[in-house]
Amino acid sequence: MTIDPNAKMEETQNGTEVYSIDPLIVKSHYEIDYIHSYAQDSEFFRALGKKKIMGSKCKNCGYTYATPRSHCMMCGAETEWYQLPNTGKVHTFTTCYFGSEEFLKETPFNLIMVEFENVDSLFMARLIGADLDDLYVGMPVTAKFRRNQKFSPTDVYFVPVAQPDKKRRK
Amino acid sequence: MKHKGRNVYMVSGGVTKFAKATPEMDFRLRVKKAFDYAMNDVHLTLNDIDGSVASYFADHFQRQLMSGIMVQDYLGLTPKPSKRVEGGGATGGLAFQTGYEEIASGRMDTCAVYGFETMSHVNTWKGNEFIALASDTNFDYPVGGFYTGYYAMMAVRHMHEFGTTVEQLAKVSVKNHRNAIHNPYAQSPMNLTVSDVRNSPMVAYPLTRLDVCTMSDGAAVAILASEEKAFEITDRPVLIKSIGTGTDTMRLSDRPMGKVPLLPNEKESDYSGLKYPGVHSFRAGRTAAKEAYDGAGITDPIEELDLIELHDAYTSSEIQTYEDLGLCKYGEGGKFIEEGKSELKGKIPVNPSGGLLASGHPVGATGIMQSVFMFWQLQRTVKKHFKDDYLQLNNPKRGLIHSHAGTGTYVTATIMEAVK
Repeated sequence: MTIDPNAKMEETQNGTEVYSIDPLIVKSHYEIDYIHSYAQDSEFFRALGKKKIMGSKCKNCGYTYATPRSHCMMCGAETEWYQLPNTGKVHTFTTCYFGSEEFLKETPFNLIMVEFENVDSLFMARLIGADLDDLYVGMPVTAKFRRNQKFSPTDVYFVPVAQPDKKRRK
Repeated sequence: MKHKGRNVYMVSGGVTKFAKATPEMDFRLRVKKAFDYAMNDVHLTLNDIDGSVASYFADHFQRQLMSGIMVQDYLGLTPKPSKRVEGGGATGGLAFQTGYEEIASGRMDTCAVYGFETMSHVNTWKGNEFIALASDTNFDYPVGGFYTGYYAMMAVRHMHEFGTTVEQLAKVSVKNHRNAIHNPYAQSPMNLTVSDVRNSPMVAYPLTRLDVCTMSDGAAVAILASEEKAFEITDRPVLIKSIGTGTDTMRLSDRPMGKVPLLPNEKESDYSGLKYPGVHSFRAGRTAAKEAYDGAGITDPIEELDLIELHDAYTSSEIQTYEDLGLCKYGEGGKFIEEGKSELKGKIPVNPSGGLLASGHPVGATGIMQSVFMFWQLQRTVKKHFKDDYLQLNNPKRGLIHSHAGTGTYVTATIMEAVK
């Protein structure tokens, strides 16, 4: 037992950043590293390193997904991995001039939903090599892959397919 | 289905003025102010409240878990029953319906539904990041990471599919900001023109700064009661006639390309060749509307509703929602605003309060705020609460409130009716 009525909390020199006195507003810092498992979606991320975009196909009803999921939303059955083509068309698009803090430095960037022939669902991706004025629904696009994988869905991105008679959005 | 349960009424409401930042109050005090307003308006004391539902969206915004119990505690409602309800942007609508269920089931005779959000503790771009974490963090967040980007893609597809124009989108912004000039609780009342909207900074094509709602601090409270209690508390309660709720896939990319779930005033031939919902429409909104209309016996919504408060987080989503709610056919939403049908003096006023675009969007409070503004309209007490009767509609009998999450993942529709 150590009873010490003179015990004293240690004083330190690191203060607190204060934005306002009334009301008292202070800086409160927070950060965290997650141990994020891609779990049943892992194969998708690994396959991007082999320049393959893997979707899913339902073993029971045959519904095909451009963004993978290991069970079918139509019938509940298990799906199997299914390789998507590396070319598709723009189903819809935008150019973001603002964004979340994490992506602000990348603005402006193009977002597209890609449709692949004979695949029932879509895939969200970045498109580079074109400006807003170049983009249109139905624009043919082709996949490219990062050489140094980050194990992010942006390891695949799209670029326009070169076309002689390029249609332009007015 | 369905055992309908007991009749449920709204008996009082309160809202704080929504603002970009109100650091002089925390969320507990903000709710307390809205709660006391509602309680005092009908002379209730804490003993009159059987329990509550807490409505708030993101724990990230304040880095405070269990905010709900802190409000329950601050209001003096412990040890009464309470629970938190969360469903993104639809949190308020879902919590309101949970309060309805507490009364309809017979568990409670009175229930306080309180909603709040404090979004000012982080900067706007960090706030956008938190909101974007409500998209699939494997496949969507790392690519887009921005809700306005997702809605912009939906708007572009709506424009492609139906010929909707950016000027039509802008007209929604003009209408809602102008309505809010007469709403003292609104965050951003403004008198704008279509070119003001188009000339404001582009956020994500085609949505400009004035096509998008703001982040806000705010709170709102609705007090619900059983029939017997309601008429003891006030001679002018508002009946919550029916509720409807729909859902859709988290990822936009998974939305099917199927058939439109038809309302009684539509036929299959209206939509031959339309792949539905795709990314241009909200199947959850349609599903919610169908359930609510079935429950209220509504077969022709535009004729049988007198006003609507809907979730216009984006001008484009207001236009999409006209269609989901069956105010017009799919594809006609742009024309609907262009013809002025949703204006304050139009065929069916939509967002006479100013909606999210102009009132603000403190997420957990928003759906409750809609119920309060609807309640005052149907009670015909707008003048008393706004100190201005400009927005009071002439004798409205029936209204719909609509709350909406994510890219249309949870959507609620609730029908409210005046009793006198």
